[in-house]
Amino acid sequence: MHNFEFVKPSSIADAVKALAAEGAQPLSGGQTLLPTMKQRLAAPEVLVSLTGIAEMQGVCMGEGGLHVGAATPHAVVAREAAPSYPALAALAGGIGDPAVRNRGTIGGSVANNDPAACYPAAVLASGATVVTDRRRIAADDYFQGMFTTALEEGEFITQVIFPVPQAAAYVKFNQPASRFALTAVFVARFADGVRVAVTGASNNGVFRWEEAEAALSADFSTAAISGLSVSDADMISDLHGSAAYRANLVKVLTGRAVNAAH
Amino acid sequence: MPKDTGIGASTKRREDVRFLTGRGVYTDDLSLFGQAHAVMVRSSVAHGRIVSIDTAAAESMPGVLAVFTGEDFKDVGGNPAGWLINSRDGTPMREPKRPVLAHGKVRHVGDAYAAVIAETYAQAKDAAQVLADATVIEELPAIVDMRAAVADASNRVHDEIPDNLCFDWGWIEDNRAAVDAAMKAAPHVVTLELTNNRLVPNAMEPRASIGEYFPGTGDYKLTTTSQNPHLTRLLVCAFVMGIPENKLQVVAPDVGGGFGSKIYHYGEEALVLAAAKRLGRPVRWTAERTESFLSDAHGRDHVTKIELGCTKEGDILAIRTETLANVGAYLSNFSTATPTFLHGTLMAGPYKVPHVYVNVKTVFTNTAPVDAYRGAGRPEATYSIERVIDKMCRELGLDPFEVRRRNLLTPDQFPYTTPVGLVYDTGNYQATLDKAVELADVAGFEARRAESAKRGKLRGMGLSTWIEACGIAPSHLVGVLGSRVGLYDAATVRVNATGTISVMTGAHSHGQGHETVFPQIVAEKLGIPETSVEIVHGDTAKIPFGMGSYGSRSLAVAGSAMDRALDKIIAKGKKIAAHMLEAAEGDITFADGKFSVAGTDKAKSFGEIAFSAYVPHNYPLETLEPGLEETAFYDPANFTYPAGAYICEVEVDAETGKVDVVAFTAADDFGNVMNPLIVEGQVHGGVGQGIGQALCENTSYDENGQLLTGSYMDYAMPRADDVPFYTVDHSCATPCTHNPLGVKGCGEAGAIGSPPAVVNAVIDALHSGGHTHVTHIDMPVSPNRVWQAINA
Ligand SMILES: Cc1cc2nc3c(=O)[nH]c(=O)nc-3n(C[C@H](O)[C@H](O)[C@H](O)COP(=O)(O)OP(=O)(O)OC[C@H]3O[C@@H](n4cnc5c(N)ncnc54)[C@H](O)[C@@H]3O)c2cc1C
Repeated sequence: MHNFEFVKPSSIADAVKALAAEGAQPLSGGQTLLPTMKQRLAAPEVLVSLTGIAEMQGVCMGEGGLHVGAATPHAVVAREAAPSYPALAALAGGIGDPAVRNRGTIGGSVANNDPAACYPAAVLASGATVVTDRRRIAADDYFQGMFTTALEEGEFITQVIFPVPQAAAYVKFNQPASRFALTAVFVARFADGVRVAVTGASNNGVFRWEEAEAALSADFSTAAISGLSVSDADMISDLHGSAAYRANLVKVLTGRAVNAAH
Repeated sequence: MPKDTGIGASTKRREDVRFLTGRGVYTDDLSLFGQAHAVMVRSSVAHGRIVSIDTAAAESMPGVLAVFTGEDFKDVGGNPAGWLINSRDGTPMREPKRPVLAHGKVRHVGDAYAAVIAETYAQAKDAAQVLADATVIEELPAIVDMRAAVADASNRVHDEIPDNLCFDWGWIEDNRAAVDAAMKAAPHVVTLELTNNRLVPNAMEPRASIGEYFPGTGDYKLTTTSQNPHLTRLLVCAFVMGIPENKLQVVAPDVGGGFGSKIYHYGEEALVLAAAKRLGRPVRWTAERTESFLSDAHGRDHVTKIELGCTKEGDILAIRTETLANVGAYLSNFSTATPTFLHGTLMAGPYKVPHVYVNVKTVFTNTAPVDAYRGAGRPEATYSIERVIDKMCRELGLDPFEVRRRNLLTPDQFPYTTPVGLVYDTGNYQATLDKAVELADVAGFEARRAESAKRGKLRGMGLSTWIEACGIAPSHLVGVLGSRVGLYDAATVRVNATGTISVMTGAHSHGQGHETVFPQIVAEKLGIPETSVEIVHGDTAKIPFGMGSYGSRSLAVAGSAMDRALDKIIAKGKKIAAHMLEAAEGDITFADGKFSVAGTDKAKSFGEIAFSAYVPHNYPLETLEPGLEETAFYDPANFTYPAGAYICEVEVDAETGKVDVVAFTAADDFGNVMNPLIVEGQVHGGVGQGIGQALCENTSYDENGQLLTGSYMDYAMPRADDVPFYTVDHSCATPCTHNPLGVKGCGEAGAIGSPPAVVNAVIDALHSGGHTHVTHIDMPVSPNRVWQAINA
């Protein structure tokens, strides 16, 4: 790891200022960034910790749904979102291990947009809003391919607002080594339709399986998707799963999520 | 009534108190005054010619004290292979020099070609990067696949070895024609091609070494993560650096696991010693996890074709195998023994098979060296045999349990000489099989299968009846087999004046629990409390000699040496007692910690004898020496032959291909058991590693020789939820006939016997679901592979 400056602002306004510095980068739970720095693959000059900002912490119901502060650790979401949005809480509780869940945060995860991360599926399937220091971004506009988002230089997430569906479930199939999602599916049923988001599978990062959404919106049952097929054209193929295997998982897991949704 | 002390008691591991409270002292925990830090500079290409290394920029970096390259070691020796194997045509194996630092060529990703020593770790690390950038390596095509390595003679890992072959070994070559004839005559022949997947050992503690040099005396000290410090001393002194053996002390303090990978001497150990001498300061090096993946000796990596000739009723008539074994880029110390004498000699399994022939071609590739890893050769043999028998059962519609019973050796057949050169001394393979069948409730399996089906799961059951040769090993046998060292062990029992005891043992505990078990034996024999006994190990300056711990040899060999030394202590005690009690030595008996004059109530306690030995006020010094300390070297008459039966039950999710091991039963014969708790722990760990190999672990290099599974993000270690609650039994014991403790060794058993049980269970599950076209899936039987097999 190379040397760096460390600042820990206590307000969003101060964080904005700190992040304006040359070579500054936000640090949240550090579960991705610190290993990268240790491997000398990243060498930010200034780390701006976002974990000391009260406005960016915690889970509560509010305008537009469930508000989750960007610096809220997974373990807190797993605990505190359980009554209001159980599928989201279950997702958070299934990330990594206890150490990761007590450090890693939703903001870091959504900012990083790892193609195998869990939260992006929840954000996209819920039609959530990503709130930043300067604007509000709809989930459908936010994710732009693996490790790519709508965030601009210096922009940081302060909060994610989740509309709460009538029923939802996240079904994750673990990659055997990392236990990130080899493929995982979040199904969310709203009054006006069903949204299905898939993570871990595509070369383009998290995506919505629109055919399934249409079918499930008409009939929320596994039968509704039994005739659908998933193309493996854009699917990731690696040591842990071929493209065809992942395409299979998309369908299998969607069915299981429909069965599990409550 | 279970005992609560001594032999057979489940004494809790005393060393765990310090390990679990963070008070262990590992090599990296030591901080020495004036220490400097070494960082190795490793090749990022699998195969390349070193064109130039410009050290100037690195040398001028802040804090840099020295830079070493292969040039600095070109005149010292190479790290040798410990076993000489001859090819079928009688020619000796090819032994390329394995230098301290790569010289001329780099031969695998991670091959160290330079080292930087600096005041701090960070400075060394920075300079190592600068050095790497100032190095020109002309990349050559990588030789990764073993089949391609032998097929394409134009591309060579070592320029002087034309076909990339280390040796082409036949076992037993003289029997080849007879085996071929038996195979030809067999009514049925089953053929199976399989891969024994390459594994990274992944000891929890990475390798680390600290070199010290004392200019006043010219002494060196190496503190290192070793499973056998004496062997490291021998290799460093006699082969690599030319240091007199009495001028090097090698210490292995607490060592956090090895699984084989820390048996061997590695270049970093020579490097820190050379650097310490040059700088006159202690020099330390600790591997980063990535370095462990790239440069620890890996395990397994065989590609095998096995044929089994049998009758239609399932009597095994002949077994013939052809194996390609990967040794990687260089010969690690045991690498030539592992695929041959630890593998070929086991190819008859626990069965009466009249004809067996094994061919092993050992191949150099541009990958990390491969060597012994928990089980070493025996898992490969067991996997091949137990998988092909399972395939035979399916092809002929036979019951796998019945087929085992038909072919297993029976107790009246011991000692039994196998067609592959071993003499099994004792065993009762039917008993362990019956025990496993009972404990696994085989009778209730169909009901469980039906219950799984209700939950949409395919349930399968797999069996493996395994044997291994361990307690490595008798010097006279390993000498015939090509070993360049003897494989005995040694112990000194030092009784202090106050009756406490230090045992200096040549075994080295790096997780096995010697500190607990060895005192149990001493306590039992001398009738004193376990807590009065302390084990000293891992220091060439303190212990007489030792060949370390691997090959499930600690108790069988070093424990037996200790037992012999204890016999000498008792004999000496009798002499002292005779003197003190004014009786004839022949009249003294020793029991329950007391020396007594037979037929009288005259007695002296062990403590009184010990005290007298060090306060010999009125000793007849011509006939009785003061002191109570004895050393014994023990060289066994034979290997030991633990054996057992393993039954695995799995559930397969056919939609995703995910396999869950839902039950695992191990009935083992380890001979006499000294501490059941530790034996069970060893089986749990071994089976866990076996399940890891069967379902999770894989070491994958791409076609350019880049390690794709170089971190835990891609290398799948088994975790707690990958393994079931085990049912473990060792009640069917037939004590080893030739060592004084009657013990056989339990350290590797689980890793040897379990992989075929798991894979057989998966195949069984798939067949029950109608996927009868699946006859084999290579390990690791990952979800992706299972799904692909189903949908092929
Ligand atoms: C062992 C392990 C297992 C894991 N398993 C899973 C898993 O199963 N599923 C899963 O989804 N994830 C998993 N993760 C990832 C983890 O959950 C974290 O979500 C992830 O590492 C990022 O969150 P963080 O808070 O640690 O971010 P950091 O590491 O602090 O930051 C990550 C990146 O985001 C940037 N950043 C951080 N916060 C913000 C912000 N508010 N606005 C803009 N940019 C920001 C940083 O600059 C950095 O580039 C695992 C991680 C580990 C180490």
